[in-house]
Amino acid sequence: MTTALLENTTRTALWSGSVIDADVHANVPSLETLQKYQERVWVQWAQERGWAGPSGLKIAYPPNAPTTSRDEWRLDDGPPASDLGALQRHILDPWQVEKAVLNCYYAIDSLRHPDWAAALARSVNDWLVAEWLDRDPRLVGSLVVPARDPQAAADEIDRIGGHPGFKQVMLPVRSETLYGQRIWWPFFDAAVRNDLVVGMHWGGTPDGSPSTSGFPSWYVEEYAAETQVYAAQVISMIAEGVLRKFPELRISMLDCGFTWIPTWGWRMNKEWKGLRREIPWVDRPPMDLVREHFRFSVAPIDSGPPEHMAKIVEWLGTDDLLMFGTDYPHRHDDDIAEFLQVLPETMRANVMSETARRWYRL
Amino acid sequence: MTAPTERPRGGKHVVARTDEIPPGSRRIVELDGRQIGIFNIDGEYVAFLHRCPHMSGPLCEGAVIGLVESSGPGDVRLDESRKFLTCPLHGWEFDVHTGQSYFDPKRVKAKRFPVEVRSGADVAADAPAAAPGAPGTPEADTGAAPEADGRVPGPYTAETFEVVVEQDYVVVSTGRPRRK
Repeated sequence: MTTALLENTTRTALWSGSVIDADVHANVPSLETLQKYQERVWVQWAQERGWAGPSGLKIAYPPNAPTTSRDEWRLDDGPPASDLGALQRHILDPWQVEKAVLNCYYAIDSLRHPDWAAALARSVNDWLVAEWLDRDPRLVGSLVVPARDPQAAADEIDRIGGHPGFKQVMLPVRSETLYGQRIWWPFFDAAVRNDLVVGMHWGGTPDGSPSTSGFPSWYVEEYAAETQVYAAQVISMIAEGVLRKFPELRISMLDCGFTWIPTWGWRMNKEWKGLRREIPWVDRPPMDLVREHFRFSVAPIDSGPPEHMAKIVEWLGTDDLLMFGTDYPHRHDDDIAEFLQVLPETMRANVMSETARRWYRL
Repeated sequence: MTAPTERPRGGKHVVARTDEIPPGSRRIVELDGRQIGIFNIDGEYVAFLHRCPHMSGPLCEGAVIGLVESSGPGDVRLDESRKFLTCPLHGWEFDVHTGQSYFDPKRVKAKRFPVEVRSGADVAADAPAAAPGAPGTPEADTGAAPEADGRVPGPYTAETFEVVVEQDYVVVSTGRPRRK
């Protein structure tokens, strides 16, 4: 069986080793689906108001945008990736996935209500456990948090983060404050305390601009600019000392590409050499910290000519930074066969499975 | 890291009276064709080549700063007992006592020169190696000082006065740069 990602080859012809998919999605089918996991007061609250779900979801993933889902992965009833059977048919089985990290972005951070956002996050996490993680042993998951409220987010991590199926906690990349700032320390403390990776994910609060200089007019701008927000968050977490405060912290950068990392690293290292006394807790060049504390999923690959990609991969300076991920159901059209050809022999097993295995302790 | 070895060529230069470079100040002079900055750091004299090993910036025009220490974010302390010379171009830091850089210690080190404070009497005793350039003529290069020749003393003796040099002088030793 093939999928769109395996159109011209079979899985084993492409890669004979094991595969860990570091980024597949589970989407909430509807608010009603979550109600059996909610306290009645919130069910009634939503019903009384006719509230149908977080508004931010359609901002992060315009329902009809090609990037939101490959056509063949759209479902007749419900949004793409809202059905376990579909995930199994589309990805887990054809790719012979050993483990997949399941991410649900439900845009809870677009809610300002402090209690409802926390209750909604709880219901999403309980739904993820019951209807996904408990039903397929290949799945491990990311829990969601009320990301406007770092302390409430920490409380939710402590409530459910110890579940063996959760290996990651999701943080939307767009936010009103940069994540390096100290208001976020309780969140990172809880993530480390529960031995969870922090997954920096596409999307985020409607107040958090998708570009670093405000709100663009068009989706194409938003889609291309959001990588800059990832870079800004990495810079913030390094400069503000989060990694010094929490030396065990592991952060996965999902959905942001990786080709920008080496050149950004040159710049950051250069500036650090002259300005490091401003941030004396950063006692190593920033790119060293990136290699130690961050991993990147390879969807999208942002591939140029293979010879250029080979240089970029070499400039990463480590063969332990990238993790294969399909980003199911989103459309990236990455040529994974060509990418594997470009990778040095020593790097292929790391990319396809071993880096994620070590990172998520699978 | 091994310090570059230098082969002294007897290049001791009196560059200033000590009171001409008070604590916290500096003077940039030319010795043996090279610009050298002499700094008085809390009463101690150090000398650097006026050239940053990174990109040849005017190193000796940079700020002298204390060491910023930290155990983590939120904790910044200044240790003024450890001083660094920073290049005005890119802010890179060099330990004033060793020339050592800390961000890239294997590759970049600023060139320093030995500095001593000598009494006027010692400077006079070293004459003619040092005396001609001594008081207030920082650019003096004594390396070309004439040597006594083999002339025969004549019959007359002129009246002489004892010279007492009461001040101290800053003396920089330059060496021939090591060729790679």
